[in-house]
Amino acid sequence: MSAPAYNPTELLICIAARQMPDSVTAFIGTGIPMLAASLAQKTHAPNLVTIFEFGGTGARLERLPRAVGESRTFYRGVAASGICDIMETATRGFVDFGFLGGAQIDPYGNLNSTIIGPQHHPPKVRLPGSGGGNDVGSLCWRTIIIMRHDKRRFVPKVDFLTTPGYLTGPGAREEAGLPPGTGPYRVVSTLALLDFEPETKRMRLLATHPGVTVEQVIENTGFELIIPDEVGQNEPPTEEELRLLREEIDPEGFYI
Amino acid sequence: MRIIESGQGELIQPPDLDAFREWNREKKSRALVDKVMTEAEAISRFVYDGCYIGTELYGTVRCPMSLVREVVRQGKKDLRVAGQGVTELDLWLGAGLVKTLDITYIGLEVFGVSNALRRAVESGQVEKVVEWSNGGITWRFKAAAMGVPFIPVRAMLGSDTFKYSAAKIAEDPFTGMKVCLIPALILDVGLIHVHRADKYGNAQIDGISGFAFELSRASKRLIISAEEIVDTEEIRRHPDRTIIPYYLVDAVVHAPYGSHPGEMAYCYARDERQLREWVEASKTEEGTQAYLKKYIYDLADHQEYLELIGEERLAQLRAEEEGRR
Repeated sequence: MSAPAYNPTELLICIAARQMPDSVTAFIGTGIPMLAASLAQKTHAPNLVTIFEFGGTGARLERLPRAVGESRTFYRGVAASGICDIMETATRGFVDFGFLGGAQIDPYGNLNSTIIGPQHHPPKVRLPGSGGGNDVGSLCWRTIIIMRHDKRRFVPKVDFLTTPGYLTGPGAREEAGLPPGTGPYRVVSTLALLDFEPETKRMRLLATHPGVTVEQVIENTGFELIIPDEVGQNEPPTEEELRLLREEIDPEGFYI
Repeated sequence: MRIIESGQGELIQPPDLDAFREWNREKKSRALVDKVMTEAEAISRFVYDGCYIGTELYGTVRCPMSLVREVVRQGKKDLRVAGQGVTELDLWLGAGLVKTLDITYIGLEVFGVSNALRRAVESGQVEKVVEWSNGGITWRFKAAAMGVPFIPVRAMLGSDTFKYSAAKIAEDPFTGMKVCLIPALILDVGLIHVHRADKYGNAQIDGISGFAFELSRASKRLIISAEEIVDTEEIRRHPDRTIIPYYLVDAVVHAPYGSHPGEMAYCYARDERQLREWVEASKTEEGTQAYLKKYIYDLADHQEYLELIGEERLAQLRAEEEGRR
């Protein structure tokens, strides 16, 4: 049987969805994280508890929200509160997973979504800013970072450290006062799945996407990646995953 | 308490808690007074050039857009703004009304970066930009709502978001741990759109409440717009739904579809077509000005805006939301 055709966004969503186990709480942002959470709920994680920044908890993501506060973020949910409650829930250690993205990422998983260029104001390019990113990256136990993979984005040093990864390396988060035991868990890029090597807290290649070589990942990364002896291969989206995405989760093709 | 590090951003609106208490004693009537007025009257009475203003919304959700458009129509300028927005701040930035920003997120979510923000900030037209996280800025309202000068939090530590904020990092005198001290933010004017209010300002919200609770209590002047004006007996039947009691409120504006092109939970969905029109228009300065002319300057008020959008589209948005109940 030949593998079904899929596009890069669909692959990203499937890989991200597979990182979340059942019966955990996950802080969901706009876009790919919403689709990944919905797909996880419809496959291996029916009791994945979605948490949205503006107050929605435990929604069944039967239809796709298009913003992190819209009514679908608390449709058939268990609670509809507000942003302080959600951020404080994360502060108390109740949020297992969080999703992040950005314009730049460095070897320690620090993210920039604020400005491009050396000067803060006026900047060369102004991006939206932290939003909930800094809170998610500070307070959730494990964060999953979703990134387009190229040298402009995977950089040795971010122009502005909007959201903390492992900062300057082992012990740096704790030294800064961030809650112990937190930090980036996975990077799901358009080329590969990566994690952070426990001793150095530097980014490490775990598995490449179908048809992608280790060399391609290295070439598209602006810093030295840790390449283990054994690099895995990610499974392509299954027919069932694609059917769910196209027919149930995003039939209007809003994201995919 | 030992201060370990100070953010280098300016504290744009330093809080004066005792003055706030005095204000709340002297300027906020406890009398039951009919506060219903038009957008034009509310904005001209309470919003002024150079004031520090904040809106309560998230992205395209429950946005006080009829009030926001009226601010543009009246050209209130040199605004100092707490920025967590999509649809509303884009209009103010596009109209050149914003002088300083306490920013957390200004972007178009799924549609990408805000071009109105880029032009206004990269050109230096916005003179100061101070960074915060969403939690950070909301906790600033919470501190003001608590009536205290700051609260300690565990976000923003170790980041440039902190470095370019006006927060401080201190050693907690009880545990010795590092905490980020978030200063209270008292707004000169706050704008909130709700599902229903009575004529005195008792206001109720259905669904998630965002940061309406905190912002309403952190505002010296508070303008409420409501989908529906109801009898006080209706409020009294479900007092548990009241997020904002009347004495916090200075003006009540009846604004059906007040969140358009944003959405209102249980009432109407957001208007994709209209949002995309702004996304396209705001790519250029000319497009931005043409949009503002068509949807704000050339119209007298919110009623004319709704007529321009048309009942057919509004009915579609109602029907779309119906399916989510």
